[in-house]
Amino acid sequence: MVESGITAVPVATPRLEMQGITKRFGATLALEQVDFSVAAGEIHALVGENGAGKSTLVKILSGAHQPDEGAMYLDGEPFRPRNPMDARHQRVGMIYQELSLAPHLTVEENILLGMEPHRYGWIRWREVRERALEALAQFDRPEIRPDLKVSDLSVSAQQLVEIGRSLAVGCRVLILDEPTSSLSHEDIERLFEIIRRLKGQGLSIVYISHFLEEVQTIADRLTVLRDGAVAGTSAMGGITPYEIVTLMVGREVKELYPRSTRKPQEAILEIKDLGGVHKPQSASLSLHRGEVLGIFGLIGAGRTELLRAIFGLDPVRRGQIKIGVHLGPASPMKRWMQGVGMLSEDRKGEGLTLNLSIADNVTISKLKGFGPLGLVLPQNQHAAAGKWIKRLAIRATHPGQRVGDLSGGNQQKVALARLLQHDVDVMLLDEPTRGIDVAAKAKIYQVIDDLAAVSAKSSRPPKAIIMISSYLPELLGVCDRIAVMHRGRLSQAQPVSEVDEHKLMLAATGEGGQA
Amino acid sequence: MTPSPVTEQPVPARRSFLHDKNIVYWLNKFGPLLALVLVYGFFALLNSRIATLVAVETIIQQTVIVGVAAIGMTLVIISGGIDLSAGSTIAISSVVLAMLIQTFGVHPALAVLGGLLAGMFWGSINGLLITRLRIVPFIATLGTLLAVRGFAKGLARGMPINVEPTWLNELLATLPPGQRWQLIPPGAWVMILLAVAVSGFLRYTRLGRHIYAVGSNEQTARLCGVPVERVKVLVYTAAGACAGLAGLMLMSYQEQGDPTGATGMELDVIAAVVIGGGSLSGGEGSILGSMVGALIMTVIRFGSQLNGWPTWMTQVVTGVVIIIAVAVDRLRHRQLA
Repeated sequence: MVESGITAVPVATPRLEMQGITKRFGATLALEQVDFSVAAGEIHALVGENGAGKSTLVKILSGAHQPDEGAMYLDGEPFRPRNPMDARHQRVGMIYQELSLAPHLTVEENILLGMEPHRYGWIRWREVRERALEALAQFDRPEIRPDLKVSDLSVSAQQLVEIGRSLAVGCRVLILDEPTSSLSHEDIERLFEIIRRLKGQGLSIVYISHFLEEVQTIADRLTVLRDGAVAGTSAMGGITPYEIVTLMVGREVKELYPRSTRKPQEAILEIKDLGGVHKPQSASLSLHRGEVLGIFGLIGAGRTELLRAIFGLDPVRRGQIKIGVHLGPASPMKRWMQGVGMLSEDRKGEGLTLNLSIADNVTISKLKGFGPLGLVLPQNQHAAAGKWIKRLAIRATHPGQRVGDLSGGNQQKVALARLLQHDVDVMLLDEPTRGIDVAAKAKIYQVIDDLAAVSAKSSRPPKAIIMISSYLPELLGVCDRIAVMHRGRLSQAQPVSEVDEHKLMLAATGEGGQA
Repeated sequence: MTPSPVTEQPVPARRSFLHDKNIVYWLNKFGPLLALVLVYGFFALLNSRIATLVAVETIIQQTVIVGVAAIGMTLVIISGGIDLSAGSTIAISSVVLAMLIQTFGVHPALAVLGGLLAGMFWGSINGLLITRLRIVPFIATLGTLLAVRGFAKGLARGMPINVEPTWLNELLATLPPGQRWQLIPPGAWVMILLAVAVSGFLRYTRLGRHIYAVGSNEQTARLCGVPVERVKVLVYTAAGACAGLAGLMLMSYQEQGDPTGATGMELDVIAAVVIGGGSLSGGEGSILGSMVGALIMTVIRFGSQLNGWPTWMTQVVTGVVIIIAVAVDRLRHRQLA
């Protein structure tokens, strides 16, 4: 049974209540009229697709963002944290997905960081030790000693230190953002035990996770966010995984995706049982000219690592890669020479050099043919970039403009133009449409379709494309076959005609056996 | 989300060159040059003797050693690194050069090659330490700063090696009256030609663009197939070669190979690059800027001497100029952002 709104709120004053929370970032509406509440001693799960607004909501809760509209109450009192420290002082603690510990400091220093008991500025170490021990006592893990350096602890122990940090201030509300993504099975079990114990002590817990099986095990209630709004709230017992997924993906697919005639030809990229350092654990696929292969999966499933391993950015530990006639792993430089190009998901950190010009960014992978004697003449670079500016409708004043001055969508077009300028045969696209506007997305879909299609005008063979995305409608619209990555393992790719959003989402969350 | 039609947005026609760039752009490009004019003008007001041809010749002559080394340092700093061993490399090159001529009787031209090779050798060691052992450049070159200085002293047994005057010594000698038409000493011409060549190299070759890319964003460079490690080794080797050439100039000027020479000069060299717009976080810097930066520091030193200022005052002024230069640079960045 699925209710909408907040009808299931208990009669007593909830521990935490958020009403009509709305948040805009520029033109994007990240959250729209979100209501959310947690009772004392309740574990409330927050689920939704990547980009549905979960992180924004808890960042508002933890004081990292301020809402544009709406009100929050903590035990009936108005609650408006100005920053994370402020929220912590009001006893709302947050455990982030990426651990936020100072690795060089000890456990006790981390637990009381920013609120060290002191007298005239001199730290009272005895009290630090007492309070740290008190917080750690909850965990029943004597090996986590307060005087150990945090970097010497295992990841799961570090996570407990983070939780200990929130307990040391006596928090009323504890927010856990994807706490299990880097934990082993036994560690997850132990974490759950601790979470249940804290619940027993009357703490309110907000639990964010991609993994539905976890949510079912641990949560009392669940709220699904979709496109920044509440899609539904329900008690855990009254809803099936299928219904949850329906709430998560329930939207129509728009006609945004052109699809010309595609005729898959010979296989150009084949991998067998590929394994990296941690991820991927095992991935096999074969990619043909003239097809777009989609890889779906949740953040942290190992999709990016798979592309990086193929492209030579991450080490390959086992398995085979064959690209055209080339066997085995190779450096990115070699891959470009073999006709493979990669688009990074991290546009600003890795994909582009923001300080350099459009022309430099487009041509950097192949600075050949831009002048006599191997010279690189800027006017020729500019001419090449100018061509792509026109073809991809990049909004820029001229090819010499700094890439950092462009909007996200136009930056992404520049990153894509690099692959086009290099004229690669195999394109590895990692979240090519993340964080860009609809018009730019449509342009990118168009380009992908043109590349994969059989060209009527020229005899040039079509390209082979792998596209990673967390956005299902896009994958279903653009790809010919889709494979799913779950905890480092890649499933068999299935033709799009044989899958739908439900099957894929179930496979990605570990619910469905097979996509 | 509604599907919006994709419209081809016309790319605005390119406006005239002058209108295209604003004041910030010009300040950006010629800021150091403006600073040089200001500093020079200031000293000219105090003492008109700085405005004579001889004075200009002297200023350029005194800039050559730092200037030549700054060409290599500019490459290193653009690539996002630093080379603290420049001063020591200059010294060891001058010692090697002097020994080849004096102790082994090698022809001066071959000896010059030997000196340059010595510089390149130590430069490549820096590059290998940084790329193979993954030691951060500051630490790696701090180590070689000491080690190379030690080797230089060991080679020369702690004493300067005097060299019989050869044509090498004319490189930085004040021009005799009959050769005034050359305007500045041959060594200064070497510096200018090298600066022009490296400047063109940075702008017009693959490796040149790769150096900027590595310094600007190493991850992107790697993604784009730039052989990041190879670029770095080449950059440090080139910096070693420039330091070797500076060592030749030092030997030429002092008529000896001095194992304790150029002590602390790496800081002058780095300052020249930074005054000239180089950013220690990489991706920025120009050879022209670094040359101007080196000139600014010589003008301050020479002008102070001319006015009979004490050394401490010269140092204070130089320090303040470096800080102002970098502060202006930061302000400019904030405006761009």
